[in-house]
Amino acid sequence: MANFEQTGPGKPVLEATRVDKVTPGYRLGHNLRALFVVILAIVGLIPVFVMIITAFKTRPDAIHVPPKLIFTPSLEGLVFLFTERASASPSRLEELKKAAEGVQLSLVDRIALNAGQEITGPSDYVFRLRNSLIIAGISTLLSVVLAIFSAYAFSRYGVKGKGDLLFFILSTRMLPAVVVTVPLFLMYTQLKLHDTHIGMILLYTVFNLSLAVWLMKGFFDEIPREYEEAALVDGYTRMQAFFKIVLPQAVTGIAATTVFCLIFAWNEYAFALMLTSEKARTAPPSIATMLGIGGIEWTAIAAGSLGFLIPVVIVTFALRNYLLRGVTFGAVRK
Amino acid sequence: MSNLELKQITKRFPGVTALNDVSFDVQDSEFFILLGPTGAGKTTTLRVIAGLERQEEGTVLFDGEPVDNLAPAGRDVAFVFQQYSLYPTMSVYDNLAFPLRSPLRRTPEGEIRKRIQEIAEVLRIPHLLERKTAHLSGGEMQRVSIGRAIVREPRIFLMDEPLSNLDAKLRESLRVELQHLQKTQGSTTLFVTHDQIEALTMADRIAVLNLGRIIQIGTPEDIYDRPVTTFVAQLVGTPRINLLKSNREDSTLYIMNSDLHLPSPHEYTVPGEFLLGIRPEDILPHPEGKFAGQILLTEPLGVQTVVHIRSGEQTLSSLIPGMSTLKIGDNVRFNILAERLHCFTLDGKRVQR
Amino acid sequence: MATIELQKVEKKFAELHAVKPMDLTIQDGEFVVLLGPSGCGKTTTLRMISGLETVTGGKILLNQRDVTWLHPSQRDIAFVFQFYALYPHISARDNISFPLRAQGESKEEIEKQVKEVSALLRIEHLLNQRPGNLSGGDQQRVALARALVRRPAAFLMDEPLGALDAEFRESMRAEIKRLHIDQHATTVYVTHDQIEAMALGDRIVVMSEAVVQQIGTAAEVYYNPANLFVARFIGSPGMNLVTGHYVDGVVTIPGTQNRFSLPVGWRKPVDETLKESKEIILGFRPEAAQLNNAGKLSGEVYASELQGAFAVLHVNVNSDDIVHIRTDRVINYPIDTVVHFDLNPEMVRFFDPQSEAAIQPEVGA
Repeated sequence: MANFEQTGPGKPVLEATRVDKVTPGYRLGHNLRALFVVILAIVGLIPVFVMIITAFKTRPDAIHVPPKLIFTPSLEGLVFLFTERASASPSRLEELKKAAEGVQLSLVDRIALNAGQEITGPSDYVFRLRNSLIIAGISTLLSVVLAIFSAYAFSRYGVKGKGDLLFFILSTRMLPAVVVTVPLFLMYTQLKLHDTHIGMILLYTVFNLSLAVWLMKGFFDEIPREYEEAALVDGYTRMQAFFKIVLPQAVTGIAATTVFCLIFAWNEYAFALMLTSEKARTAPPSIATMLGIGGIEWTAIAAGSLGFLIPVVIVTFALRNYLLRGVTFGAVRK
Repeated sequence: MSNLELKQITKRFPGVTALNDVSFDVQDSEFFILLGPTGAGKTTTLRVIAGLERQEEGTVLFDGEPVDNLAPAGRDVAFVFQQYSLYPTMSVYDNLAFPLRSPLRRTPEGEIRKRIQEIAEVLRIPHLLERKTAHLSGGEMQRVSIGRAIVREPRIFLMDEPLSNLDAKLRESLRVELQHLQKTQGSTTLFVTHDQIEALTMADRIAVLNLGRIIQIGTPEDIYDRPVTTFVAQLVGTPRINLLKSNREDSTLYIMNSDLHLPSPHEYTVPGEFLLGIRPEDILPHPEGKFAGQILLTEPLGVQTVVHIRSGEQTLSSLIPGMSTLKIGDNVRFNILAERLHCFTLDGKRVQR
Repeated sequence: MATIELQKVEKKFAELHAVKPMDLTIQDGEFVVLLGPSGCGKTTTLRMISGLETVTGGKILLNQRDVTWLHPSQRDIAFVFQFYALYPHISARDNISFPLRAQGESKEEIEKQVKEVSALLRIEHLLNQRPGNLSGGDQQRVALARALVRRPAAFLMDEPLGALDAEFRESMRAEIKRLHIDQHATTVYVTHDQIEAMALGDRIVVMSEAVVQQIGTAAEVYYNPANLFVARFIGSPGMNLVTGHYVDGVVTIPGTQNRFSLPVGWRKPVDETLKESKEIILGFRPEAAQLNNAGKLSGEVYASELQGAFAVLHVNVNSDDIVHIRTDRVINYPIDTVVHFDLNPEMVRFFDPQSEAAIQPEVGA
């Protein structure tokens, strides 16, 4: 064992670091910087925290000023999220309350009752969420698959005007979405693509393609050509070499690209608002404008946002290891 | 196994001619080495033969048949790359099996297993078969790469500096093994390197390549004993050949800026001014030597010692077997063997008859 | 110039013992080579001396001063890297003068130093070029100049010739040696190439798997290797090591008719070391064997290598052992030819297979 009394200054050295990185001064500086980053992270998470607790507050608690940190949790927000309600007249309320004594009402109805309302049917929330899943999911799949093939071509072949084409592809990303919404609206209405799933899927795929192609090309560039060439020499066609050799090595890249594309399509608001109304409307526009009896249903909005968050969080968490590599790709060139 | 012939291959890239009218042939079962400095065009030559690059002019022939229109898969060659030759996501066994599983071959699994066992025995790696390639040492990796090439029994082996990234000691042992393997299997092999020791020790014949042109083709002895240019003379042999500006007067050669002189060879006429090439092993310190000088530097290498001698204004390097007791600053007498002199014109070409 | 002393210096990376405690004293002006295969701990040791790596235990003294915890810039050493580490965006001249400008020297002084140092390394004509336009050898010369210009107490070089083509390595090797003779600077040099080590080192520290195997001059490690590792590693090819059966002063190679009698002065030490054991390892250098039709030992040719001035014949003496014999180049031997040879009794060595250590002969054998 190392004789730690002999090591300086004051602490056993367990990692390989430069001498100057072990001085107390450096350590302190390092710890302060770490603390600063933690604080920033906490600050960044505050809105999420507020959203979560708001989802479980009652309406009065939610709009209380100053904000209440201690409160009685309630499922009101969730109920309001998932149901359509109507204001009940006092006489109707009396009727329902009588029925409540006799355990004929479900918990959900009771909660509505407490707020002076009667349930008239399910809300559109689940429907919207489903639209989001379909549209974001399919467009992500499409853009990643298309990007894989085109990025491989850009990476391996001398495509004429490669530099220009790549720049052109990237330039589609430079426009803020809102700038093109009006022309797109007109185009879609003409083509009868307004408020259709296909229309939205097409749009998101096209918009995601640019980022996906660029990301995947970077990943393919990092895979040495020698691997495919060895396979070619061994008797495989380029396609086979691509599927057997290149793709397995590009898995982290594909995962990272998928996550980025999914996040964009999932959260997209402007196009969803303008180009859909009833049938194809996704969650983001609908959550924000949830109107209920007597005003904006803050607790429902919070609950809705929470629910909306969950699928993406699950996917990102599952792929977190791949993401780290994806964020730093191409940063170090050999 | 096949023989290989390159006829006047020219390959151009934007801005540079990588190969310029390159022609040579490799006989069946021959170990042929392409030797040249970095950038000479050695890797490009291999890639053209494998079909990974297409040449602008010239033909590649296997057994007399042109293969220019065949895709790499159809040429049935095996390529050992300098690095990145093993698939990182697969085990050693799968790496070795990969060429046999290709659609072109469709070998049944039982036969694959048998063949891989054989190869693993020959290369002494049977204990590594289940390992992931990332957990192998440098030497083991190269042996597996070579195994992957052998497992297919191709017509020709193409090897691109496979030993360059290995430690010096490993290079030494793999050199001997490769040579033995090639001789016992009788495989036609085209091997490319910048290291002249690899070329001298392993080759049946060598082609010296520089800046896209073939300078000389011959056996290792030919290249070492009769280099056709100063470039070749300096490329091969360690320590480097001594190249000294000299004059000839009548039948005596005088090395400029020194007192050294030697009888002129009878077999051919040496021009008035020329470059004299003397290999270090032909300069021998001897207590009764004809010439005198002072020791500038000694490099004890164990099996031999390199001694740098200053005579007049010239510095000569001399190779002495074993460890020498000569020290820096010593005055020394030495002889020069006149039987093995190399004479070159001032622009570097060998003086012929 | 300076003395360097390592006292029980060791390095651990988490559970990996990269360098086991080592002692080393380097004299003023000495050229010491740390030699060993990849991963033996030589580079880590060098980096600890320079301060680019912390020590897990022990002390490092430069000129009697404890520098173990000093920042690299405070140790007065210069480091030469394998991949030159030249600043690519400035000229060679600016690269060389960089350390001096960092120290705040006057312009005239800087000019003078740069001129001196570039004359020494014969790169005056390259001063205005960018590193990208220079060959590998020239870049390394610029890197050496940059190290030299600081006139540090010691030079630390990490495989500086490793990135060069084989032909440049030879000339740069001689230059580094010439430079050392001129400047007489204390130098610690790391390499895996034992030829470089032998050619350059006043003393060689042979390392393997974090442990120092032997410290000695080139002649010492070549003729008197302390153990099997050093015997194998030093020399190109390494020492031949053949396992044999030992009975009563005679070594027999199993599976063959080959017998070798212990030369004078070996009987007693071998008997004492081996005691009851019957196994011994016979070691001899390629030049200690002489091909001889009447030779007492024989084997079959495995491969033959022309090395230029001479050749090396690889001979199978039994199914396990291949020996390398140095021969004249004119003779050509096909594989499997039976050859006979003799051993020079003054040049053989013996090793104990158990401890792997060399057995020392009685009196100057």
